[in-house]
Amino acid sequence: MAVAASTSASERVIVAKAKWRPLESERNLAWLLLLPTMVLLGLFIAYPFMRGLLLSVTDTRVGVPGEFVGLDNFRRLASDPIFHAVVWNTCWYTFVTTIFKLALGLWLALLLNRSFKFKAFTRAFILLPFIIPTVLSTFAWKWMFDPTFSVLNWMLYQTGFIRSAINWLGDGDLAMLSIIIVNIWRGVPFFAISLLAGLQTISPDLNEAAAIDGARPLQRFWYITWPLLLPVTMVVMLFSVIQTFADFQIVYVMTGGGPANATHLFATYAYQLGVGTGLLSQGAAVSLAMFPILLLIVIVQLLYIRRVEVR
Amino acid sequence: MATVSIRGVHKRYDDFHAVKGVSLEIKDKEFVVLVGPSGCGKTTTLRMVAGLETITEGNILIGDTVVNELPPMDRDIAMVFQNYALYPHMSVYDNMAFGLKMRKFDKAEIKRRVAEAADILGIKDHLHRKPRQLSGGQRQRVALGRAIVRNPQVFLFDEPLSNLDAKLRVQMRVELKKLHQRLGTTAVYVTHDQVEAMTLGDRVVVMKDGLIQQVGEPLELYNNPANKYVGGFIGSPAMNFADVTIAQNGSGLMASNSAMNIAVPEHLAAPLGAHVGKPATFGIRPEDLRLSDGSEPAHQTFEAVVEVAEQLGSEILLDVSCGPSSMVASVDPTVRVKPGEKIRLAFNPKRAHFFDGKTEMAVRG
Repeated sequence: MAVAASTSASERVIVAKAKWRPLESERNLAWLLLLPTMVLLGLFIAYPFMRGLLLSVTDTRVGVPGEFVGLDNFRRLASDPIFHAVVWNTCWYTFVTTIFKLALGLWLALLLNRSFKFKAFTRAFILLPFIIPTVLSTFAWKWMFDPTFSVLNWMLYQTGFIRSAINWLGDGDLAMLSIIIVNIWRGVPFFAISLLAGLQTISPDLNEAAAIDGARPLQRFWYITWPLLLPVTMVVMLFSVIQTFADFQIVYVMTGGGPANATHLFATYAYQLGVGTGLLSQGAAVSLAMFPILLLIVIVQLLYIRRVEVR
Repeated sequence: MATVSIRGVHKRYDDFHAVKGVSLEIKDKEFVVLVGPSGCGKTTTLRMVAGLETITEGNILIGDTVVNELPPMDRDIAMVFQNYALYPHMSVYDNMAFGLKMRKFDKAEIKRRVAEAADILGIKDHLHRKPRQLSGGQRQRVALGRAIVRNPQVFLFDEPLSNLDAKLRVQMRVELKKLHQRLGTTAVYVTHDQVEAMTLGDRVVVMKDGLIQQVGEPLELYNNPANKYVGGFIGSPAMNFADVTIAQNGSGLMASNSAMNIAVPEHLAAPLGAHVGKPATFGIRPEDLRLSDGSEPAHQTFEAVVEVAEQLGSEILLDVSCGPSSMVASVDPTVRVKPGEKIRLAFNPKRAHFFDGKTEMAVRG
């Protein structure tokens, strides 16, 4: 009562002033939080990309600054038979390995999703090919495919399948087959573990309900599991396609792009031209040629993922 | 439609004996409710009937067929899950049609049956929607619809109402009852809610620790609980218990502890005779207690101290302490008492229960 009376009598109102706290403004804070990411992205992605772009329209070589030549480097690629082979190789390599990685990874994920002894241990163990440094494991594979000391040849010979050694890395087609096998071996764990994570988000009740509804195991997979797993599958495929398309390590260690350029991919050919032969601008042009193709793949997949997720 | 027979069924997991020899005969068109606390084996029993769990020991028959080895799809049952288990990527129509499609019904028949079920359940306008666009109650109806379109021999319900809010639960409970009256399909219903069990079940099966405690019609369980557990589980507020010792008093028996000294009702005197000098538990339901008006014999009353009075409008629940035991009495809404007040409560001797102090089994007249 007393308080009300005194305020109504004098009407003295004190307006409290806010203290100056710049970080409490969401605008300022947003910029501050974005800064590290923007610096990193700019320094390590945008800047090199722009430099690559600039490099590709000059005739720079190692030790020669070079001058602006327009799209000459790209024109040259268009009539370069090795580059044609590279485009085909990369697409084929990506296509075949992705199909197999998906099929084997999904199969493995479905098996690992069951309950069995040493489940946790097995799941961790499966990741090994993914964890070991690729260069090291690829060296091991290189020995296994070695024309003289190949353990694969030895096994095939001992079991009577072959009579003379197969020159795995010396024949164009077999060399491509070899790097495809190694890529699948390395990539399956990623698919398996990611798809397993996706499978675990699907309530087991759904499969039980479908079983009671009369769906057989294959039908349950086709009508329930597969459509519910599809968003995860698409994201995993997207990552895998990007990585495989730009693969370098496996081919570089196994074949170096040979024999006779039969296994060159974009990355290895760009490296050979730019670093190996010193034609920096041409190497940059090969790398950049990857960009529109990857962009197209990514756009198509992202659109598809969005459609699937909306369902 | 069919009977369901559960005969000496056990379920053992690696180191857990979940169901310890359950036997139950469910009649054709009967609505049987399995009720008990979580971990009592009721859901496991239901899942064994469904074929989602293997049976460690014993037999389950649907009709005259032993179904132990049959997969769920060949048992001609339908199940409604606690979380509905609707296929999230399918429309309501496709959810309900799925079982018929899998069983290769022709399209016109599927359409007819789904439309009929949707009509019964009042979800006709939602057939093109996805489950996530529906409310909890609507999803529940779709789950029911998916079960009834197949016209199975047996319905299995696994706590179907527990994800609904209280008001909707009561409403769906009534609808379930109506649906069963209309379809007449044999139903096995699992719940931990004794009110659901009492209101829905033609017969109620109370389970605890993997064993059946009592099977009977709801009122039978309420009036004649077979043991202390059933007495305390069925009914809300729960039955009051007081630990007492039985003593001879002339021709009759007295039950007493530090705070009460009451006469054992005549109809229980003979069976309780063997308990003289031994501990027993006196059980009385809140509504069988009333405020004493002094007209009752003294040994049909006992003194208590009011702790809380809960005014519910139609009745007052008095939380009282009576020596070592806490009790609840449901008394007339006009009664005025204050916390801390000493009162005398009279009990209805015809509705008094006594349980053996060791076995906790009911002593019956």
